[in-house]
Amino acid sequence: MLIQQLTITPTTKYNFPQNNVDVLLPKRLLELSVQSLKNVQNQAFQLNQQTIQQGTFEDFIENAQVTLKPITLKPKKTETIIAAVDTSTMKIGETRRGVLIAIRGADVWKQGRNYRYLRLGPFIFHVTEENFKELYNTLQKAYFAPLHEMTGSPSFIQAPTRIAMLLERWLQITLSKTLSNGLILLDGSLTGGTPDASTSFMRKLLENARRMGSTVLAFSKMTNLRFNGYLITDLPFKFNPPYVLELEDLKLKPPLVLLGDVYIARLTRGGYAFRLDIDKNVPFERKVEALEKLLGNDIVLQSYPETLRLAHILCTFTANEVIAMQHFISRKYGLKIISRPDMHRVLFGPFGKGDS
Amino acid sequence: MKLYKKEGNIIQVLGFPNENIEKGDYLLIEDCEAGKSLIAQVIDIQFANVPGILEELLRSLPDGGETIQGEDFDPLEIAPHITYIQDARLFICKIRATLQKGSLSPSSSWLPSRSQSTIKKLPVSTLLKFAENEGKFPIMVGETKEPSPLTIDASALDGRLNIITGKKETGKSHLSKLLMLNLVGYKATVVVFDLNGEYVSLGMSQDGKRNIYYNKIHVLTPSQNFKVTLKQLDLRVLLNILIHALHLPGTSAREFRRIWKFLKERNSLTLHELGETIRDWRCNTHVRDALFSRYYALVNSGFFTDNVAEATLLEQYLFKAKNEGGAIIINLRNTSSIDRQIVVEYVLGKLVELLTSWKLKAVFLFAEEAHLYLRETYWDDIVTRMRHFGIFTTFITNQPDTIRENIYRQADNIFLFNFTNEHDLEVVSRAARVDAETVKSIARDLPPHHCLILGRVVKDFPMVVKVKALDVKTMGETRLFFRA
Repeated sequence: MLIQQLTITPTTKYNFPQNNVDVLLPKRLLELSVQSLKNVQNQAFQLNQQTIQQGTFEDFIENAQVTLKPITLKPKKTETIIAAVDTSTMKIGETRRGVLIAIRGADVWKQGRNYRYLRLGPFIFHVTEENFKELYNTLQKAYFAPLHEMTGSPSFIQAPTRIAMLLERWLQITLSKTLSNGLILLDGSLTGGTPDASTSFMRKLLENARRMGSTVLAFSKMTNLRFNGYLITDLPFKFNPPYVLELEDLKLKPPLVLLGDVYIARLTRGGYAFRLDIDKNVPFERKVEALEKLLGNDIVLQSYPETLRLAHILCTFTANEVIAMQHFISRKYGLKIISRPDMHRVLFGPFGKGDS
Repeated sequence: MKLYKKEGNIIQVLGFPNENIEKGDYLLIEDCEAGKSLIAQVIDIQFANVPGILEELLRSLPDGGETIQGEDFDPLEIAPHITYIQDARLFICKIRATLQKGSLSPSSSWLPSRSQSTIKKLPVSTLLKFAENEGKFPIMVGETKEPSPLTIDASALDGRLNIITGKKETGKSHLSKLLMLNLVGYKATVVVFDLNGEYVSLGMSQDGKRNIYYNKIHVLTPSQNFKVTLKQLDLRVLLNILIHALHLPGTSAREFRRIWKFLKERNSLTLHELGETIRDWRCNTHVRDALFSRYYALVNSGFFTDNVAEATLLEQYLFKAKNEGGAIIINLRNTSSIDRQIVVEYVLGKLVELLTSWKLKAVFLFAEEAHLYLRETYWDDIVTRMRHFGIFTTFITNQPDTIRENIYRQADNIFLFNFTNEHDLEVVSRAARVDAETVKSIARDLPPHHCLILGRVVKDFPMVVKVKALDVKTMGETRLFFRA
């Protein structure tokens, strides 16, 4: 029984969607999930929930220039399917040999007035130093090998995010192949050459979308890009939303490649702005049209599209779900929950905030 | 189930949806190491405060309040675990007793282990065995939810003050009939003030045939088969009628006393003579007028007669009931408010007279909506003085605030049917043998014909029971315009 519950906050990430999903990857994920859990049966595990943040690679951007001429936008009501993808990962406990993690992905799409979703997961893995490389490489080779320059095996610490990113990329590429004449909303940027997204993968993703007549828009909630000392999203422009401002002359350090044009998007009143990447190879008019269709078809609050917000909300793990997963593990695999002393608390008393 | 929290004599137990626990059920919290168990009653069921539940619910309603449509590919089948945790519940329980070595004590001064205790549902039948509730005069009241029969001992009603209350059409009269007939079955003498003529056919079964109680049910309808002569009356009783029911002023009452003595000395205590004497009596005109108006009230009630042949001897019925057991039903239906009070004053006066002289041993009095005929000063009399004479009252009412607070405080047993009104529950919860939380929480959700029994009859273990059906001709149904 799980009664004592540490303070749990929902995972703080976001994103996206899709119909007729090829379930080969989920099946493989399931096999690996079950296999990894079988190896840890009847052991003790320590409750330890942590939201794992995916990193950004913007520190590699050397400089940026902001065009001070805003591109103003007018909502366009032409019916367009808007789809978004996001994944979430959470560390739900520790064993003597590794960690127990859970991942889940969500596709959300809006057609007409209705939102629909497809959720995959949760998949629970017992990841150890020994099995992580095998697990990761198996998935990567099987599904992304032709698109991935092998960037070397990720470290064990990165295991949760890397496995979640595999699922996210798979959802994205599936969506790009199946959604026609729509808008694909991604969480993050259109930067290639990162450990999670090779340049060839990103190119393929954008190419698929273009072929299907869709446009990819990537929203970054957090950015480190600065201009004149200000974060670009905090710049005090006095234009009337909705509008975007283009960032020009961005240069990335190799091997990173920008595959999109970067904008500051302020889509509603209220001071919120986001970094927005739009496929470089899409003509300017189509970029503007895509944004106007987004404004005309989706609910946009705080400058952020609702479809993307829902994708994040639906894949995020709530504390209740974490307890349920711990319940599942202890019932199905006989793992016993143990309480290891929190060294922060032991050493610093009320001043030790602990892991939670 | 797991013990979660204890505050005062309230404990909270964490449970899951597959545990079939309802309000009113008893739990046994067994601490093997301590060698003791706590007996607690579930008085409320709440959802457990599971972390993240708000996010979970909000997530399912993001689209303007409508549930978002979608599919879940959940290969590990975690979803049932999620709903299992979501539906976790908290049983709010009241500690009733401690069980140690098979014997019960009301103590709740110890705390069972949270981690080691085992918690299970305690069947009412087992609890009643622990409580040794079986007596020599069992009355089967009905069935508990389990279902198991619930039997109370008639001796727990003996010498006690009982209240049957609940809102309309929940089964109060039905229970009072059940108790009454069982008491008659044990040869008790029962008097019923039947306001609506509901008890008059208790001697008949539903098919209209005579039942085993037929010869023990005596229905007396004032001014029909229940009339009295002035000779049968004690002056004190008649003065009570005149003063309390007919509001005769003190000066006039003194004059009446003289008239009464005058007639008694001449052995002329008749209605006719009384009228004549008042007319000829030398006294103040206002006094004479006052006496005349009361005289005509007595005459018009039809309850008094000069014809000895049509007069009823209440004693005879009471003595018959004393030997064989029986119920005297005073049918007050179609009787005016004043006449009701006259009759009740007479009956109560007569009972006190017979009990004081030990001609009667004891009487169980069932009084329906007593506020409609019982004078103010009788309430205290009934629960204090008359109890010592041997009148053991059961009040039946759907307006609990018509019974005084001091009556509730002294009530030994309360049979509580459904109430939804907060004010009504507040009134009942003032009873000394009841805790307010139990009353408010359980009584509110009682279905019709289900009764929460509190007090001595259940050894202070509140029990919910579905009152059993009676094979008697019921007369208490409301007359309806649209019924075919």
